[in-house]
Amino acid sequence: MSLATLELPDYHEQSPEVAARFQRIKERPVVLTVRDLRKSFGPPGHEHVVFDNLSFDIHRREFITIIGPSGCGKSTFIRIVAGLDESCGGEILLDGRPVSGPGPDRGMVFQGYTLFPWRTVKENVMFGLELRGKSTSTAETEARQWLEMVGLSRFEESYPHELSGGMKQRVAIARALANEPRILIMDEPFGALDALTRCKMQNYLLQIWKRVDVTIIFITHDLDEAIYLSDRILVLGVNPGGAREFIENPVPRPRSVAQLLSPEFLSVKARLDDLIHTPAGEDEEDKLPVIKMTAAGDEVE
Amino acid sequence: MATRDWLGLKEELPHRRKVLLTVLSFLVPFALWCAVSYIPWLWHPNVRITVPGDVDYFVEDMDLPRADFERELAKVKAAGGTLPEGIRVNPVYLPAPHRVARAFYTAFTTEPRLPNEPWLHQSLGPSIRTILWGFFISSLFGVPLGILCGSYRFFSKLQEPFIEFFRYLPAPAFGALCVAILGIDDGPKIAIIFIGTFFQQVLVIGNTVRKVDPALIEAAQTLGARGWKLVRCVIIPAAITDIYTDMRILLGWAWTYLIVAEVVGTMSGITFFINQQARYRNFDNVFAAIGMIGIIGLTSDMFLAWLGTILFPWKRKHRSRKAKPITISMVAVQNRGEENPAETKKEVPAAEPASEIVPLPPPPTAADASTHQVST
Repeated sequence: MSLATLELPDYHEQSPEVAARFQRIKERPVVLTVRDLRKSFGPPGHEHVVFDNLSFDIHRREFITIIGPSGCGKSTFIRIVAGLDESCGGEILLDGRPVSGPGPDRGMVFQGYTLFPWRTVKENVMFGLELRGKSTSTAETEARQWLEMVGLSRFEESYPHELSGGMKQRVAIARALANEPRILIMDEPFGALDALTRCKMQNYLLQIWKRVDVTIIFITHDLDEAIYLSDRILVLGVNPGGAREFIENPVPRPRSVAQLLSPEFLSVKARLDDLIHTPAGEDEEDKLPVIKMTAAGDEVE
Repeated sequence: MATRDWLGLKEELPHRRKVLLTVLSFLVPFALWCAVSYIPWLWHPNVRITVPGDVDYFVEDMDLPRADFERELAKVKAAGGTLPEGIRVNPVYLPAPHRVARAFYTAFTTEPRLPNEPWLHQSLGPSIRTILWGFFISSLFGVPLGILCGSYRFFSKLQEPFIEFFRYLPAPAFGALCVAILGIDDGPKIAIIFIGTFFQQVLVIGNTVRKVDPALIEAAQTLGARGWKLVRCVIIPAAITDIYTDMRILLGWAWTYLIVAEVVGTMSGITFFINQQARYRNFDNVFAAIGMIGIIGLTSDMFLAWLGTILFPWKRKHRSRKAKPITISMVAVQNRGEENPAETKKEVPAAEPASEIVPLPPPPTAADASTHQVST
């Protein structure tokens, strides 16, 4: 809230370089189209609508982050994109073709790592390659290249339980990318990591993304992470559910930690803060009923 | 502090304490047995006659309840004849440890009383064969069916309700039927073990397979796995270690059906030996034979546990250390450790490369550099 009191530029303002970059992005072909997507739970008549009329395009090699308060359906949305959940209406087109069911063209990285514990690191990366019918030796060579890319060559014969959380997630990223998916979907992939590892992983991810032809949809609940990584930020809301805003991120690339305090960064952050934290009626829930269980005069503040 | 506590709830104990407690778990019942056997005033409800005295029906080495002996003794005292003498002994069905220990040896060296009776080692062979055949045939059908039931709702609904019903039918009840169908030799015995094992097996393995982490299945789906490949490449390997543990427990159950199975038709194997020895009142041999079943069971299970660590290397916590067999009672503890990421994290200080932001090597797939370069 204190951010709002600072003199900040309008987050719509883009420097010429950033504006030119968005121009170039928009000229690229559309990879993913979401059209009138709707999802609701519960019996007809008493439905809880998670989102409705969700429509947007994502261009090739864009980095999209999705942010929103808990219960806004961000995970539901990407699970639908990944084909793990069904939508209740509308459609999703990948390269112009409607998607149904999960497939290797949409790679996914989960928060819980989900590495196969019975396979070594290398064999985990080989999994998708083998399914696509590549010979063991080809799969092995390619897996090694991907592991080199995420900097884990030394650990190719290790089992997942022998790795730290950050390393596991890098294997998961390598495993998803080895399939050469059109888009890489990441569901709060760094949510379980400590702050320091998380920061490193963000930089890793940006480096990887620069080198690979892949479009990324990244879910997070961390405002800084959302801004630091993205080209555009999709903000989802609750009550009513759906897209609040699709923000073009004015922070120039390449990104560095120093930008966390730049005016552009702060202006976007202030906007995200506004969008996420002020839905009507939520304030009441913020304050707990006052029941005091300590002696008078024993104040912590 | 918590590590010093012997009774810490779900707390891992230091190695030395574990060894000590393991030894105690055998030693306590054994000490009890020794106490009852060797301390004369503990229990010993009978008296063995050493000197018959003037009681007309007393003979040397005869056992009778203490009360009867006292009564006769009082009578003789009153009449003024030679007093009978005796020592307090336990009933014949509770031999002392040293006699059972000796029987472990002598049971192998004593010739059977009748020429057509088997030696102890000869009687063990058919028993083990019966178990293995019964368990093998059961697993041949039970494991695949369990995996199908765990993987597909279709098979689960098609099979499990009936199996659920059938497993309550006691296997021994089918004894007569099995003999009528399969004759009096090994057939019905194997069938009893099969009936006792199979239905539990399908349900237990089905349940184990159902517990496979759905996130692993979803991850595999997003990597392109579907249908039968999903079962073969993800569900089966994900469940295989737990299935293996189930199989070890089930093999233990199969042993418990052995004695019943061997009574069916012509009595055979270890059961025949035990019954025969009991008839001759060689209870030390009976205990030796029963003990031998326990030893065979425990050693075979420990062998399977060791084999498990060879078959499933990813279950070893530290690969540097030697493979350590996990007994059934330790399995749950181990699984708990794996489900708790915080706990495993602590154990894995696997050095993350010190210089974290290393420049990444060139990409394996040529990113379309000319037109779609991400401006940096």
